[in-house]
Amino acid sequence: MSFVLRGISVRHAAGSRQALVDVSLSIEQGEQIALIGPSGAGKTTLLHTLACARRADSGELSVFGAEPWSLNHARRHALRARLFLAPQTPPLPPRQRVVTAVLAGRLPQWGFWRSIASLVRPRDADAAYDALARFNLKDKLYDRVDRLSGGERQRCGMARLLVSNADAFLVDEPLSALDPALSLQTLNTLQQEATDRNATLVCSLHQVELALGHFPRIVGLREGRIVFDAAREDVTEAMIAALYRNAADSPLFIGKSADT
Amino acid sequence: MNSSRRSPPPAVEFATIALLAGLLALVCASFFSLTIRWGELFGADARRSALEFLSGFAPPELAGSFLAGIAKGILETLSMSALGTGIAFLLGIALALPASGRFGAAARLGIRLVLNILRSIPELVWAVILLIAAGLGPFAGTLALAVHTTGVLGRLFADALENLPTDAEDTLRINGAKPLAAFFYAALPQILPQLMSYTLYRWENNIRAAAILGVVGAGGLGQMLKYHLSLFQMQQAASVIIAMLLMITLVDGISFWLRRRLTANPSAW
Amino acid sequence: MNKMPAAVFSRHPDPAWRGRVTAMVIATALLWPMLVAGEFKPWILFDAKSLAATGRFLAAFFPPAHSGEFLWLMLAATWQTVAIATAGLTLALLGAIPLTLLATASLSVSQLESGRMRLAGAVVRQTARWLLVLLRSVPELVWALLFVRIVGLGPTAGVLAIALTYSGMLGKVYAEILESSESHATESLLRNGGGRLAALFYGAWPAAASELVSYTTFRWECAIRGSVIMGFVGAGGLGQRMDESMKMMAGDEVSTMLIIFVLLVACADLVSTFLRRRLG
Repeated sequence: MSFVLRGISVRHAAGSRQALVDVSLSIEQGEQIALIGPSGAGKTTLLHTLACARRADSGELSVFGAEPWSLNHARRHALRARLFLAPQTPPLPPRQRVVTAVLAGRLPQWGFWRSIASLVRPRDADAAYDALARFNLKDKLYDRVDRLSGGERQRCGMARLLVSNADAFLVDEPLSALDPALSLQTLNTLQQEATDRNATLVCSLHQVELALGHFPRIVGLREGRIVFDAAREDVTEAMIAALYRNAADSPLFIGKSADT
Repeated sequence: MNSSRRSPPPAVEFATIALLAGLLALVCASFFSLTIRWGELFGADARRSALEFLSGFAPPELAGSFLAGIAKGILETLSMSALGTGIAFLLGIALALPASGRFGAAARLGIRLVLNILRSIPELVWAVILLIAAGLGPFAGTLALAVHTTGVLGRLFADALENLPTDAEDTLRINGAKPLAAFFYAALPQILPQLMSYTLYRWENNIRAAAILGVVGAGGLGQMLKYHLSLFQMQQAASVIIAMLLMITLVDGISFWLRRRLTANPSAW
Repeated sequence: MNKMPAAVFSRHPDPAWRGRVTAMVIATALLWPMLVAGEFKPWILFDAKSLAATGRFLAAFFPPAHSGEFLWLMLAATWQTVAIATAGLTLALLGAIPLTLLATASLSVSQLESGRMRLAGAVVRQTARWLLVLLRSVPELVWALLFVRIVGLGPTAGVLAIALTYSGMLGKVYAEILESSESHATESLLRNGGGRLAALFYGAWPAAASELVSYTTFRWECAIRGSVIMGFVGAGGLGQRMDESMKMMAGDEVSTMLIIFVLLVACADLVSTFLRRRLG
């Protein structure tokens, strides 16, 4: 088991509205899951909870058989090194070079001095190059991050995922800044890597067709609750329509305007 | 300014008048308590002795061996200022980490208190104290500059770090990077040009301080100045003062050029 | 896994590497003579003799000297320090205002008439600027050393040194502030026949007042530090007392003075923050 959630609730820091309400979910090691739902449904909060980035207000979470929030600080941090959370817009320092930004994925494995040495001279530029090549970015290896477009930066964040040695990938809207062709290639690369490593992949997606086309298991979230959790063969048009009912970003609407 | 919302605004608030009166009282009390010897300044006698004193400066001493001594003094002063500023840059970053709250609120308050003490005490006072441990000479001056500048830069760096968005650092930490590694890979690259710019400003300040630290025996041009003035060798003193001015102008120029390069074309790393 | 670091045999060598090595070599080449010239020998801090001297001195720090008589002396010295700074800055203001009027281009009458300054005006303006540069470039302590030779030991030398250095600093920054602030009001006053002073007080001053006040209070803080320092060359105040205590290695007195000093700087900081908020 990668993740087991039982009755997880998360409250927003400011408001009284709950970001997640009584969420229960189990995810096997190596499973590939798409999270779909209108914006504000709690997809990002769920990914952050899985990544042990924020603590649930109630409920039980177990990650790789351990309960992260009952571990001490150091052990919990060691657990985090086995998880990789890729945010939707990776916050990369603008003046950093791409090679350094990608190799930052190695930091959990590296000691302090090796990390510092790699700032002076990249420790494993070849690994960064290979990771970038799989996202069509191989000629950007020594470019500065602020010279990249939004889509390139997003893929740069995922190249960081490839050089990490995480056992679970938690990816938030990886395709939001990409055109359809690149979206497909990026998604394939992520899934291939997860399959090769037998890593768990949980991916939140805007594009319902891509989710249904590529992921064996689909979890629908709405207003912080799991609306359905089903194999893709069992997901019907009616379920999708109910999930996005009255939502500003329904898939029909999105399908036309693509993502800007 | 404060009352601009009310209409019609009172011409001047009472508190402001009281404040100005207080300032005036402070100024008057200062002048009365000091017993400044105006007579000695503006009397005919004083004018003559001052002119005599000033004419003693010309012409500045330009003998080769003396200029060699000045060159050594300049090198010593430059070294003190550069080394002191460099050490303070490194220590400033090290102390700014706890002072920006990265190791908890208690550490933040404690280190900020220390930084405040370090920067409240001027370089020259530090030099006098450090002479006991480091002995006469430029090493004590270097340490004094480093100690005071650490306080100044540490505080500035900590404020800069607190104002920096933490999301890049958080992302690395969430993925299991150690806090220190995350700092070097996410926070520092964003903020380094700003820190360098502060440091260069401080260097301009420190070259001035280094020039005078010698007055208490901490090396550099100041030591030469004190020596020649105490022997009433005015021509030599004039040369030292001119050398100081040239050196300060030179450092200002270098620092200005470096800072412009820093902002125009920040290098990648 | 290969044992060698992967970077050494990288298929994709770092284009910045050569530049970084060069920079490191140059930095070392510059650093070395500096370390020699600065007599940078940290280990002498830890030799037995130096440690013993430091230990003896620091041991005397606790408890700080606190006899009534000594504290009374300190109070007088502290006041003298503040008074030197205040009187010096007041004189500096008196010197800076005329120099500012001369040096500020936007207060020029001749420029207004012909679009250019008259030659005489330009010469006066440039001379005023050079004078300001000279006044502020010579460190205040050097002025103090010179004045101690002319007027003898005591606060007069300190007041004069601060007056000269700070009139240079204030004059330069005032001129910059006035020139960068809105020159429209100034110009219309001059155009309608107003004098320079009228133009300064009714045109430029209101526009730039808060910046001017804030810079002046900042300089007052600096002047307090400066007046402590000048005590070490005999210009009175806390610095002179500290110099005497240091010569007698009286650690307890030095520690009291350091505490007073930190408090004094903190108070000056508070007062100047208050002034800025009130008058700015």
